[in-house]
Amino acid sequence: MLLIDCPHCGPRAQEEFGYDRTLDSLVRIEDAPDAAMAALYARANPRGEDDEIWRHTFGCRGWMVLRRDRVSHAILSVRPLGPEALP
Amino acid sequence: MTGPAARLTRPLVRFRFDGRAYEARAGDTLAAALLANGVTLVARSFKYHRPRGIMAAGVEEPSALVTVGTGGRREPNTRATDVIVYDGLEAFSQNAWPSLDLDLGAVNGWLARLIPAGFYYKTFFGPPRRWMIYERFIRKAAGLGAPPVEPDPDGFAHRAAFCDLLVVGAGPAGLAAALAAAEAGQRVMLVEQDARVGGALLRDPVTIDGMAGVPWAEAAAQRIRMAGGRVLLRATANGYWDGNLVTVVERLAEPGQAPGASRLAQRLWKVRCGRVLLATGAIERPLAFAGNDRPGVMLSQAVRGYVRRFGVVPGRRAVIATSHDDGYRTAFALAEAGAEVVAVLDGRATPEGDLVERARARFPVFAAARPIATRTSGHRLAGVTAEVAGRTQAFAADLLAMAGGQTPVVHLHKQAGGELDWDEVTQAFVPGPSRQGQRSLGAAAGRSVLAAILAEAWEAGGGAARDFAVEDPCGPAQPAAAAVIPARLPGKAFVDFQNDVTLDDIDLAWREGYRSVEHLKRYTTLGMATDQGKTSNMAALARLAQAQGVAIPQAGLTTFRPPYTPTTLGAFAGPAVGDHAGPVRRLRLHAAHEALGAIWLPSGYWFRPRAYPQPGETPGEASLREARMVRSRVGLVDVSTLATFEIAGPDAAALLERVCATTVGRLAVGRGRYTFMLREDGLVFDDGTVWRIAEERFLLTSSTGGADRMAQHLSYVRNVLAPDLRVSVVNLQEHHCAAALAGPRATAVLERLTGDAAPLHMHCHRTAIAGTAVLVLAASYSGERAFEVYAPGDRIAAVWAALLAAAQEAGGGAYGLDAMDHLRVEKGHVVVGAEVDGRGTPADLGLGGMVRKAGGFVGWQGLQRPVLADPAGRRHLVGVESLAGPLPEGAMLVGRAGDEPQGHVTTAAPRVAGEGWIGLALLRDGASRHGETLHAWSATRGLDVPVRIGPPLFYDPEGARYRD
Amino acid sequence: MSGRYSALALLRGALGGHRHWGRAWRAAEPDGPYDVVVIGGGGHGLATAYYLASQHGVRKVAVVEKGWIGGGNTGRNTTIVRSNYRQPQLQRLLEHSLKLWEGLSDELNYNVMFSPRGALFLGHSDADMTRLAERGDSLRAMGIDAELLDLAAVRRLVPLLDCSPTARWPVQGGLIQRRGGTARHDAVAWGYARAADRLGVDIIENCEVTGFTRQGDAVTGVETTRGTIAAGKVAICVAGHSGHVAGLAGIRLPIESHTLQAYVTEPVKPMIDTVIMSQSLHCYISQSDKGGIVAGGDPDGFPSYAQRGQPMRLEDAIAQAIALVPALSRLRMVRCWSGVTDMSFDGSPIIGDLPLRNLHLNGGWCYGGFKATPGSGHLYAHHLATGSPHPIAAPFDLARFAVGRTIDEAGVGPMPQHR
Repeated sequence: MLLIDCPHCGPRAQEEFGYDRTLDSLVRIEDAPDAAMAALYARANPRGEDDEIWRHTFGCRGWMVLRRDRVSHAILSVRPLGPEALP
Repeated sequence: MTGPAARLTRPLVRFRFDGRAYEARAGDTLAAALLANGVTLVARSFKYHRPRGIMAAGVEEPSALVTVGTGGRREPNTRATDVIVYDGLEAFSQNAWPSLDLDLGAVNGWLARLIPAGFYYKTFFGPPRRWMIYERFIRKAAGLGAPPVEPDPDGFAHRAAFCDLLVVGAGPAGLAAALAAAEAGQRVMLVEQDARVGGALLRDPVTIDGMAGVPWAEAAAQRIRMAGGRVLLRATANGYWDGNLVTVVERLAEPGQAPGASRLAQRLWKVRCGRVLLATGAIERPLAFAGNDRPGVMLSQAVRGYVRRFGVVPGRRAVIATSHDDGYRTAFALAEAGAEVVAVLDGRATPEGDLVERARARFPVFAAARPIATRTSGHRLAGVTAEVAGRTQAFAADLLAMAGGQTPVVHLHKQAGGELDWDEVTQAFVPGPSRQGQRSLGAAAGRSVLAAILAEAWEAGGGAARDFAVEDPCGPAQPAAAAVIPARLPGKAFVDFQNDVTLDDIDLAWREGYRSVEHLKRYTTLGMATDQGKTSNMAALARLAQAQGVAIPQAGLTTFRPPYTPTTLGAFAGPAVGDHAGPVRRLRLHAAHEALGAIWLPSGYWFRPRAYPQPGETPGEASLREARMVRSRVGLVDVSTLATFEIAGPDAAALLERVCATTVGRLAVGRGRYTFMLREDGLVFDDGTVWRIAEERFLLTSSTGGADRMAQHLSYVRNVLAPDLRVSVVNLQEHHCAAALAGPRATAVLERLTGDAAPLHMHCHRTAIAGTAVLVLAASYSGERAFEVYAPGDRIAAVWAALLAAAQEAGGGAYGLDAMDHLRVEKGHVVVGAEVDGRGTPADLGLGGMVRKAGGFVGWQGLQRPVLADPAGRRHLVGVESLAGPLPEGAMLVGRAGDEPQGHVTTAAPRVAGEGWIGLALLRDGASRHGETLHAWSATRGLDVPVRIGPPLFYDPEGARYRD
Repeated sequence: MSGRYSALALLRGALGGHRHWGRAWRAAEPDGPYDVVVIGGGGHGLATAYYLASQHGVRKVAVVEKGWIGGGNTGRNTTIVRSNYRQPQLQRLLEHSLKLWEGLSDELNYNVMFSPRGALFLGHSDADMTRLAERGDSLRAMGIDAELLDLAAVRRLVPLLDCSPTARWPVQGGLIQRRGGTARHDAVAWGYARAADRLGVDIIENCEVTGFTRQGDAVTGVETTRGTIAAGKVAICVAGHSGHVAGLAGIRLPIESHTLQAYVTEPVKPMIDTVIMSQSLHCYISQSDKGGIVAGGDPDGFPSYAQRGQPMRLEDAIAQAIALVPALSRLRMVRCWSGVTDMSFDGSPIIGDLPLRNLHLNGGWCYGGFKATPGSGHLYAHHLATGSPHPIAAPFDLARFAVGRTIDEAGVGPMPQHR
């Protein structure tokens, strides 16, 4: 079980967190339809590192971006995202 | 004091095996106790039903599987070597009929040539039903022990723990490392699968720093505890997961044993570790020769363990077959205990060294010698045929101890993502580079010199470099060397003892091209038994390498999967069983509903009132009565489970405009609207109402079932998509409760209680009921004049009581979810989970006109996609009216029975106002098919009901009942 | 090449020490150019090659496999076979497959042990029962077998099921597809490999694709760890790793790779004859012929290529299995494992063309690919051989995402972690 270093709470068990999506698949409301659908449906899905949006759902509820290796499961960095994540 | 004399000092314990009473000594394993009682035939093998005895002394035991315990505590396939005998233990042999001694299944052994590895792939052809006839017999024959049929009477606990250092294995290496760390002030956990600390010290009489091995071990464990460390016995580290998490299963009761006051059978520890040291020891390898599975053929170190630790001598005339020095220790141990060592068969051409020389002085030692076959009498070993320097020689013996080399226990290291290196000297895989910082010690790391092991472990634990004085009466030994596997043997030579996989099977798989080690494993089932190949994998790999003409490491290796030893499912589930298998959410008003005679409807984790039947009423009759009560007078329903959010701040409207597909921003203060939300793909996922309580303060309600998803969605939009907005989102579901008052008399009831004029339709205001400040939203779901009354959770009981009393006075009362469903069907309101199924657009649901054309909300882009934008060919919401009796919910809409479906009935209900049955449906191109007659066809229920398609609105189409 | 399998041949083997059996499939070396190179030696890839050769006469076919055949999800699933889906496109696809399963052992002359012991969905509430009836009615209307069972019938079928009204999720009834069941997963790969090999297909193991050779916007072959192999068409069939392999061609897919775990207990005498599934509880249970209880639950919920699971998901799945069958509590798990699943963004597979010419995809099977093996291979072979999709496979093209024609059985949308 991954150990995720929440920027607000410190290291916590993965079961407190939820994965949402990859950073590059973010669909902005102002995006044009074609760009939005491309972001939503065309995923890099690399066998290696990627940036992922996670939420500390059963903790501080803050959002964060994890740089994570999908083969080794190593978490390379965690950075906060959004105002609820501000201290 | 060790050996048979010490045995008699331990208290007596009584147990039964196959109904016969036996005596054991406290601390015996079942295997030791059976051997002490001369019981050598313990089990039958999986496939050929060969008679099997006890081969090992630890968790690697492949053969001696028995069923222990009775009733709900029955544990089939329990290794006799891994259960400590307790008073009253009941064990049974398994996979044998009519008896262990005379097992008709042994006929499979005679048919062995017909049923080689993978035989079932080559026969039993024909239609599947025919295969199932054969399969019945195969299933009955397979499967070892009989499963329990009763629920488990005992509990299992989970416990989280954190430590600086986890040491797995309390042999000398583990103890030294844990002691060094504990005394250096680290938080230490030491876990040992056995009931005692000491590991190899329990079988080999060495002294450490002048102390005998076992007392040294016990003192070390005591010192670890004194220094604040935690030492768990009967605790197996069974899984090494990501994030340096190790799961440890601690047995609080032995298999089949009633637990103590805690009522817990086992505890699963989830240990998050700073560092992990693996002192998991090594497993001895058997030798390959014909009949190597006979009762009386045992692993050499196991024999030593039975003699020294338990005082049980498993045979009187012993042959030792060894590939290296360690076998000689067994010869000395047996001789000490009074057994006769008939021969030491040493596979090496020229064994030498002090130990060998001392042995030669006492026993017949044969070089370049190895067993070829066994002879049995009854079901047990009577003799060994050996090849000695090229000639055949026979020995009479009732015990054959095999020392075929050592396999380090690298399971946890591999589970942790570590790699393995090949050690040419010992012909073994040893731990290589690690991924999570884990490190292996002692025999698990392929080490064999005790003094060096202790010194290395001490340093690994964090101690300053030091030497340990070790005295070993057998003197220093050569490192273990693996036995050579002979090319051909006169009979079945087992590699996987439990699954009855022989060298011939491996050769067959090779010939047939199942050459990758994984193919070999899967084709022959090698290593897939309950022992997961602990004693067999290396021999199989060696054979495979032999066939390929490559070195063993090139032959490959299978994956080491958790758990290390078979783990009770109950331990994984822990406390999440019975009522705790899932959380139960009770309404604040649960007791009030109970008092009204509610019957309950599970709804996610909630239990909500379905109806309040009166005496003699069926639930269906009750809900129809309740619905008619609402239509004619007034009713009260608990809607506390609705998701409710307060959205406040200067940009509150801006956030809602992003979340909702409808217009929100222009809502006047004190007004509300129906709304719905889309996923990014443009499909509707939830609906609700939005209310402007104040200029910068909104209330959003949405479906009960979607509450968690909506909370997540709002948080996502607010934090990720619109982080600059000045707005806060508060989930009120846990704080507020609500009751909805509906019916033509609702206004009067409400006004009498509040003294205020009731709000107009889709207006809201604050007032008070029963001395409690409440928020009243005038929204109608039922089609009648209706008000949702929100109050703080801790005040809802008083508010509900006042509303109910007033409603009853007005000729009304409480109504349940079924009545609510009947009412909303008449009005054509959609519900998440029925009409809103995650596959519909707003237009599909008849809501297209409400969508903001300018976009700017989540999902607007997805909605532009051609197949979503074009209504043709899509499923539209329609109303269906039965032309003949009750309408089956879920039925297909077809031209006539037998045709392909054009849609289906999502919800069906009896008419509240009037007679007959109506429903809502999703129908292909339904919007343009009003007036058509179709059939609601339910093949599974044998129903075929003609229906008329129409608009999804059956009652008060102008809304005159609730509009102002 | 091995002889024909039969009881008689076994008897002959018994007399001769089983020395006459030849290799089930040759260890082929790359020998291009091929008409079709199938990437991925799992069940789907091998079935594709087999049907290319047997149905369409395309004989110059190679299957390239990075490891050993059947080593991916073919050898990691819980072996459930059924066609009782709700969406008509999926019903047609899986029913096509189920019909092939029913004759597969004979067709391949390899006993894949397809055992129609029934696939039972449990209903735990009125709402569940309505949805099960709806599913059953839709299946029956498509000519697929489905039978609604009341509580007594469910209890008779699975006596050890907790049918008490006080159970946390009391069972109300179920929906059974009696033609559904299980099959021996490894045998499916081996059987197709052997049959394809006999038709001349080259099965090349230990051959990982590292890139594609191209001419303009057309693919002309694959680069592998065993050299470049030229091909008229290249057929990706690597579910679990579709994202990675398509990425080698610069193509992004509506797929994320997630881990799904399963486990097996020690073998015990027969206790569960039917495949039990509960969608409310997210678990599925069956007993193998060997006697082990095979079960699984939800995917781990985040992208991963690790074939390594997380313990809490395992704990959830086990707790739910025990909630259904309390007698499972004292059985012991011998092994748990994980597969990397292609989680597509509507939960349905993608079978069809990719934006590069002569490059095709069969993937996105989420956690439901095993049951589709014969049908998937059959339809994909049709597509590769004829150049146009089989009508049953046509709805499953990649273009559906862009135009909005998704096939979403669970109604979850583009969020694989919630599927």
